[in-house]
Amino acid sequence: MGKKLLIHNEHVANIHTLEVYKQHGGYASVEKAIKTMTPEAIVEEVKKSGLRGRGGAGFPTGMKWSFLAKPEGVPRYLVCNADESEPGTFKDRYLMEKIPHALVEGMITSSFALGVHTAYIYIRGEYFYVSRILEKAIEEAYAAGLLGKNILGSDYSLDLYVQVGGGAYICGEETALLESLEGKRGNPRIKPPFPAIAGLYGCPTVVNNVETIAAVVPIVMMGGDEYAKIGIGRSTGTKLISASGHINKPGVYEIELGLPVEEFVYSEEYCGGIWKGKKMKACIPGGSSVPIIPAELLLKTAAGEPRLMTYESLSDGGFATGSMLGSGGFMVYDEDTSIPMNLYTLNRFYHHESCGQCSPCREGTGWMEKVAHRLAEGHGKPSDIDLLWDIQKRIEGNTICPLGDAAAWPVASAIRHFRQEFEALIPKKEVAH
Amino acid sequence: MSSQKNIQFSEEAMATVNKIISRYPEGKHKSALLPILHIAQAEFDGWLSPETMDYVASILKIQPVEVYEVASFYSMYNLKPVGKCLLEVCRTSSCWARGADDVVNYIGKKLNIKPGETSKDGMFSLKTVECLGSCGTAPMMQVGASFHENLTPEKIDTILDNYRADGRRRSYTDMDYKNTL
Ligand SMILES: Cc1cc2nc3c(=O)[nH]c(=O)nc-3n(C[C@H](O)[C@H](O)[C@H](O)COP(=O)(O)O)c2cc1C
Ligand code: SF4
Ligand code: FES
Repeated sequence: MGKKLLIHNEHVANIHTLEVYKQHGGYASVEKAIKTMTPEAIVEEVKKSGLRGRGGAGFPTGMKWSFLAKPEGVPRYLVCNADESEPGTFKDRYLMEKIPHALVEGMITSSFALGVHTAYIYIRGEYFYVSRILEKAIEEAYAAGLLGKNILGSDYSLDLYVQVGGGAYICGEETALLESLEGKRGNPRIKPPFPAIAGLYGCPTVVNNVETIAAVVPIVMMGGDEYAKIGIGRSTGTKLISASGHINKPGVYEIELGLPVEEFVYSEEYCGGIWKGKKMKACIPGGSSVPIIPAELLLKTAAGEPRLMTYESLSDGGFATGSMLGSGGFMVYDEDTSIPMNLYTLNRFYHHESCGQCSPCREGTGWMEKVAHRLAEGHGKPSDIDLLWDIQKRIEGNTICPLGDAAAWPVASAIRHFRQEFEALIPKKEVAH
Repeated sequence: MSSQKNIQFSEEAMATVNKIISRYPEGKHKSALLPILHIAQAEFDGWLSPETMDYVASILKIQPVEVYEVASFYSMYNLKPVGKCLLEVCRTSSCWARGADDVVNYIGKKLNIKPGETSKDGMFSLKTVECLGSCGTAPMMQVGASFHENLTPEKIDTILDNYRADGRRRSYTDMDYKNTL
């Protein structure tokens, strides 16, 4: 059984209340941070921990924090990214719904470390009911003197608010999120400047994922060095994995990074194997934006090594034979799954969610949806597979934000690994003479 | 019903609106737009008519066009009237893999409507949506604030019967979000 640091209390009755959460050691990191540590010392521990952003990109959190500009007299903000709209990803919702105080505690400790006095949790509108749960937790924290003026009698003050979105995947991209938080359409901004310099209301801002912020709590409690001992190499700590699709036990699992993929898929402790006694055909291991790979390549790298649940191992071999850990949205497909039809659902998703600012993304996603649909439905033309390949190539790397790449990669990987399946769906030309 | 009269927040809703505005720094009240649109949609028949949007603009002291461009960008704001219960069925990859198409077809047949349509009695509208972060409990649908998960035909029957018996309009801002079905 692996170590759990984030959801170890998931089955404790009423853990969503402040009282029970505190009985299980909750808010100790706020005490420790405010009473015994300097903000700089906390940033140092986060750096030592090797924690990498859990929102998908895996950028080192300590480094991101140290980039935050600190001009005199200008407020700075911490914004928690709870937009969680990447298909296949539902871990943040699970954490917030089950243990809302874990996020609130992380927000307080992180805000103290960053010298922030106003922080927001931006949550996708569809999770409206989760925002209620968070607001209740925040209310309890205010009443207990953990939020508001002079927290725990210190001279540190913090206000924390929850903001709901309106339904738009693109608002998970951090600059689009900031636009949305300012009451505008979620159009990503051109970077630079990065949010660390000019973010919310033009002020220095850190945007972090829910799970990243929750991980700051155990890091402060155990120290960065201890945290870094968990995991392998540059993949330190634990990770929440959202497991879905054709497995026996879908759900959210906290794993130690470094767990063999095969154990994750087949052991009773985790996914419990493929449903209905079927075989696994393919997997998208890190949310819909990362490449799909066939079962053989998921379990073993091209060199025949066992594949591990780490940032490095899952991407071993590059896009030719690997994929990515991404957000940890682990989607499994059985032997009967139509890869072209699955691709069509994803193309439709990206077309729907493109904000429309850049023409390669706006037009390309629409074309890919259309072409993938006719291929999947069996009305495709022999030239359609190359056409799809060509369109995704033209999008990749040519857009303002990474949504373009995210739309292109699933197409490229589906064709790379399952070309024959696409070909088999093309109607045989009637011999007309 | 393509226009609305007498648009005015209840006292309770107005108090919530003012509380939301106070969360943002001086002069940044436009930040409150998205949450206030949710409240407006819940208060005024489940959709945002031009009159409602103009009213929200006047409260926030911004131009009406600033409200229109936001309302039309986000998928949760209805710019046309909808039934009392908007059935939003997820059909992205993980839900698709576990039978989302069957759910859409089953509801469609049962209510005799297609996605985008409203049942004759005005009770239900059907909409297909993209991933709602409930992939581990697929197939699923959202109705107002509630998530209904691991759907089966029997479950769908019960859910729809319960909503019909209750008869209330459902919105994202409802407090009774617990999915007890
Ligand atoms: C299209 C798109 C969607 C994204 N969606 C999310 C999301 O839902 N949640 C999230 O935490 N990060 C998301 N990200 C990543 C964020 O831009 C950002 O990198 C992240 O919030 C940083 O937090 P972290 O360093 O803690 O991971 C998305 C990025 C893109 C390009
Ligand atoms: S890549 Fe797509 S989503 Fe991103 S800014 Fe351009 S059009 Fe918008
Ligand atoms: S795919 Fe349906 S909720 Fe995620």
